[in-house]
Amino acid sequence: MIETRGLTKHFKDVRAVDGIDVTVRAGELVALLGPNGAGKSTTLRMLTTLIPPTSGTATVAGFDVVRRQREVRLRIGYIGQGNGAGHSQRGRDELISQGRAYGMSVRDARARAAELIESLGLAEVADRRVSSLSGGQRRRLDIAMGLIHAPELLFLDEPSTGLDPQNRANLQEHILALRARHETTIVLTTHYLDEADSMAERVIVIDHGRIIADDTPQRLKDEHVGDRILLGFDAETDAAGAAGVLRAERQGKQVLLHLPDAPRRAPVVLEDLRAAGYPAAEIEVTRPTLDDVFLHLTGRSLREGGAATDKELVEV
Amino acid sequence: MTTLIADTTTVFSRELRPLLRDPFTIIFSMVQPLVFLALFTPLLPDEGGNALQWFVPGIIVMSCLFACSMTGSNLLFEIQTGSHERMLVTPLRRPALLIGRALKEIVPMFAQAALIVVVCLPFGFRFDPLGAVIGLAILAAFCVGLGALSYTLALASKNQEWLFWTVQQTLLFPLLLLAGVLLPIENGPGWLRALAAGNPLSYVVDAERALFNGDIWASTTLGGVIAAAVVAVIGLLVGVRAMRRSD
Repeated sequence: MIETRGLTKHFKDVRAVDGIDVTVRAGELVALLGPNGAGKSTTLRMLTTLIPPTSGTATVAGFDVVRRQREVRLRIGYIGQGNGAGHSQRGRDELISQGRAYGMSVRDARARAAELIESLGLAEVADRRVSSLSGGQRRRLDIAMGLIHAPELLFLDEPSTGLDPQNRANLQEHILALRARHETTIVLTTHYLDEADSMAERVIVIDHGRIIADDTPQRLKDEHVGDRILLGFDAETDAAGAAGVLRAERQGKQVLLHLPDAPRRAPVVLEDLRAAGYPAAEIEVTRPTLDDVFLHLTGRSLREGGAATDKELVEV
Repeated sequence: MTTLIADTTTVFSRELRPLLRDPFTIIFSMVQPLVFLALFTPLLPDEGGNALQWFVPGIIVMSCLFACSMTGSNLLFEIQTGSHERMLVTPLRRPALLIGRALKEIVPMFAQAALIVVVCLPFGFRFDPLGAVIGLAILAAFCVGLGALSYTLALASKNQEWLFWTVQQTLLFPLLLLAGVLLPIENGPGWLRALAAGNPLSYVVDAERALFNGDIWASTTLGGVIAAAVVAVIGLLVGVRAMRRSD
């Protein structure tokens, strides 16, 4: 569905995208994850024919993005960072004219618009001015616009930025439902870690215009960070004994153990320690997040402000 | 499969739709020329009751100039909100994105001209129907060209809105004053008349005055046609070029 070779974009002296090779097969749901300015949007803008690459090639839906722009445009849907629907327009009007832009008859465009208005829950607002819609409603309208011609490939650039958590969850559901129903190939960019984690089957981590990792969220986490168990003891001697049994690192009264599948194995570890005479007083099981992966890969964190992690602290 | 004409129609009707849905927005924009008429006409020397005959066609051109030169701000807004980008990713042909928008300018122009004429009739304004029709056709071409130039300016002002308004405001009043819309140019000094002779708007204004007064088969008509056609052709060429480069 998508194939790029050495895809590169320079803006004056800045290498926004620096030689990206990526293949996306039909039906995949791929998230491009990276900090602001990493080159995610620029990559998307090249793949959607908005800007030409400085060098390298990209084939999208079977056609070259530079030489066969029109063929590419006919086959893809694009939901950009802004609002696709004009603010002075009515939602339904915009959907119909979007359908016309893809060569649909007025009748087909009308029918398809009505269908999308229904399925995206826009019935009450579709005939109002777009400027009077809430952020979440506008975003759903944008999604409807991108889907009017039932594209085989859908690009979403930061689809949930600026939405509150409830609207984000709602939007993610719509995207997943769409995919389940039509087997649409979906490529989205995000800097929300949980979004990439919960939605995508494949996460491509981009930093400084290059791909630095590309795998399922689970494998990225297992491979780059892995699960950890932090054990606390009442006495340093117990901690030392436990560290010996478990062959783990100790710091004061704490022992840190790297262990795949940690939540399942933690109870066994506790039992073993009790049997060995070094009972733990505290246990904390940490599963890695994609932020940990990013931190491991780049030495920097993706997280803006400390949102909650997957840590569970349990008193034993 | 779409054609250039179908694409242009799609863009044209999209642009027109908010106007049709909220006709009040046009009516508001029509108030300004009426204010000029009401407050300026009494100041004009009235030689045998023909002040309106001289002033009204000029005011019609002025209202086109104001509306069409500002129309790019709509595109600028859509560039900022994202709907322009959305349309660039559709298969709509780039020329259609500009031509459809520019052609739309004709519609409010007709409405505005009609309103001005109707309001002036009770005050003794008289016009030649055939001449008026030809006059409006010339204005239509002029509006398309000017609208296209305004859209070009909007595309060039992407990410710097001040640029659009600075250029628009800087050009607007010299064009208007040098076209003899508010005061006649004929009695001005030579340098002023020379500048006016280089202003395409002068020829359009002269042609409109002659045409509305029934003076159809005159060289002023030809001058107006040529000036409007030149503006239209240049506007569309420059505009389509800018739209092709838009991202």
